[in-house]
Amino acid sequence: MLFDLQVVERDGWTVVSVTGELDVATAPRLRNEIVRLASSGNTLVVLDLGGVDFIDSTGLGVVVGSLKRVRSLGGELALARAEPQVRRVFEITRLVDILPLHDTVDAALATPVPPRAEGDR
Amino acid sequence: MSEVVLEIPARPAYLALARQVVAAAASVEPSFGDQRIDDLRLAVSEATTNAIEAHTDISSDDRIKIRCNLADDRIEVEVLDHGIGFDPTDVANAPDAEHPERLNWEHGLGLPLMRHLADVTEIRSSAGGTAVRLVVYTSPTADA
Repeated sequence: MLFDLQVVERDGWTVVSVTGELDVATAPRLRNEIVRLASSGNTLVVLDLGGVDFIDSTGLGVVVGSLKRVRSLGGELALARAEPQVRRVFEITRLVDILPLHDTVDAALATPVPPRAEGDR
Repeated sequence: MSEVVLEIPARPAYLALARQVVAAAASVEPSFGDQRIDDLRLAVSEATTNAIEAHTDISSDDRIKIRCNLADDRIEVEVLDHGIGFDPTDVANAPDAEHPERLNWEHGLGLPLMRHLADVTEIRSSAGGTAVRLVVYTSPTADA
């Protein structure tokens, strides 16, 4: 499956839908998109992983880096719709403890918003 | 054992090909379940990523060699690079998930993932390169 990113605005959040495999060849594109969004003030981000059929440690690193980046700007990152093989990688590395995996985008959109970002909505 | 050998340019664009070939090789043995093949695919991806980065670090045009040997109960994969090597005992582990420093840890998950997913992970590294040997059994409970 070809790697692709789709970005839409919903309920004050930016939903980034990722399709394909997240590895050292593709993860830099996601990183660049998050940097672009954050630098233009979009710091409430949902990553919809429903189309991701593979993730490795480089992909995980970009997700963690994205979380750190948006939180440093007063925002939040939420993950949604991880397939079982993707979910398992988050569980093995225990990243699921700091980044909950929501079953739906709607559930991710219900993530509590930091007070600073609430004023931007 | 049946051997499949793949050589790829040390570029990220070839990583997916390496995963596909190794997973397809394992699929020849029908007793490999989907999860075991997923484990293998990810472990090989981590080893090959490290090999590509090792060549990139020294601007080497050498190819990465990936050797697969399939037996009835297991697949053995060796990933060979010609980088400058590293000390596998000197790789720090990520802090626990609840540790405040955890968010600063964007790298270094590859080796722990390999060790978790493969039944055997052996790393031989010297100044002339690194060989990572991964063994995945058809059943994760098989004696490694």
